[in-house]
Amino acid sequence: MSSTLVIHNLHTDFLQETSFSLESRQCLGIHGDSGSGKTLLLRAIADLDVNSAHITLNGVPRERFSGAQWRRKVALLPADSQWWAERVGEHAQHWSLPQLKMLGFPEEILDWDTSRLSSGEKQRLAVARMLSNKPEVLLLDEPTANLDASNSRVVEKIVLEYLKQHPASAIWVSHDLKQLARVSSAQAQMHRGKLLMETS
Amino acid sequence: MELIQLSSWDLGISAALVCLLAALSWALQLGIGKQLIIAVLRSTVQLLILGMILKTLFAQTSLWLIALMTLVMLAVAGYEVMARQQRRFRGSWGYGLGTLSMFLSSFLITLLALTVVIGVHPWYQPQYLIPLLGMLLGNTMSGIAIALDNLTRNTWEQRQRIEAQLMLGHEWSQAIASIRRDALRSGLIPIINAMTTAGIVSLPGMMTGQILGGSPPMEAAKYQLMILFLIAAGSGLGSLTAIWAGSRRLFDERQRLRLDRLSKRKR
Repeated sequence: MSSTLVIHNLHTDFLQETSFSLESRQCLGIHGDSGSGKTLLLRAIADLDVNSAHITLNGVPRERFSGAQWRRKVALLPADSQWWAERVGEHAQHWSLPQLKMLGFPEEILDWDTSRLSSGEKQRLAVARMLSNKPEVLLLDEPTANLDASNSRVVEKIVLEYLKQHPASAIWVSHDLKQLARVSSAQAQMHRGKLLMETS
Repeated sequence: MELIQLSSWDLGISAALVCLLAALSWALQLGIGKQLIIAVLRSTVQLLILGMILKTLFAQTSLWLIALMTLVMLAVAGYEVMARQQRRFRGSWGYGLGTLSMFLSSFLITLLALTVVIGVHPWYQPQYLIPLLGMLLGNTMSGIAIALDNLTRNTWEQRQRIEAQLMLGHEWSQAIASIRRDALRSGLIPIINAMTTAGIVSLPGMMTGQILGGSPPMEAAKYQLMILFLIAAGSGLGSLTAIWAGSRRLFDERQRLRLDRLSKRKR
């Protein structure tokens, strides 16, 4: 079973037309100046902003899914995580305990008050929260921008592990070219709303 | 007990009191005398005109004239709801949402009260219809204005939280649920407060009027109760409609949060 994301003629009022596809277990790294449209690209793929495109996941067009169904399969992780409920556990239905352990959390973390969390803890928990939906495509928008080096490595490891164990693919946006070299198999650059694939 | 008629002389005495206040304001340099005089003149002109309009309306009992009057009332109330929004919906929704919700709730409930509860013949007899609708519209107007303002303001402020839930695959109705509940609650608070303190802190306006008009106090109390219940039902129904349609409008068919459908903050 392979999961393939095919994007055809994606464009918005800012993003210029772009087409590419992602194979299962592949990770595409995207870098570019701030304001070049990296976040907007991920938001458009997740269907959070108005966009026009022909996008299919495993051959099934995006329109066949409701917005909510689509975003359970194509998950977006922003650099700043938001916590709306009082306790950590209320933010997802099925937490994976081995994953939490790997991220360095005890099981009791689910009973914790979200206001007690540090920004690093929040971001690592946000990764676990996103993966709990078992998404088929991960859209990671500078996921380690607010983390120190060791925490960044943990997040990289968790994501790569997930891609190994599940038929999923990822787009990883980062300013850190060394990080992109570590996590992604192909890279692209965003420049003024245009995505330029880099051939290695 | 007959209603004692007020002569122009009686009105003049009470107006003189306000003029005295205005004179005092000038003497003490409060700087509010001019506004006070303008307010006195405005209320005089507006109420006298209303009195004349109602006089003709009552004399004719013409369904078309009454319908015209109620539509003017609705139009003004709809404008007022829109004017009280910090961030209103763009386009026809800005005016239409509040106006339509008020139309649905106030008009339906007034109709129900006239035909089933009071049983007026004909049902559109203006002595009953106009004051009843006026009270319902006035109160529903505040309820809806508060509820809608709460909805759009909180959605704007909590947009990141809402989108975070959307990103995790929540349905739009889940993502807005708590904001929606708060907005509804806030729309109902004025009437709940009014019912709680009715008869203890203040004598409600309608009851006062009926007692001055010579009605037995128990009859006046019963009418006042009916009105309070109708108002509660009306603002509840109106706020529900406005919040339901308004929160739906904040998301599109792909369940995206569409804040571009709200206007910029009013200064």
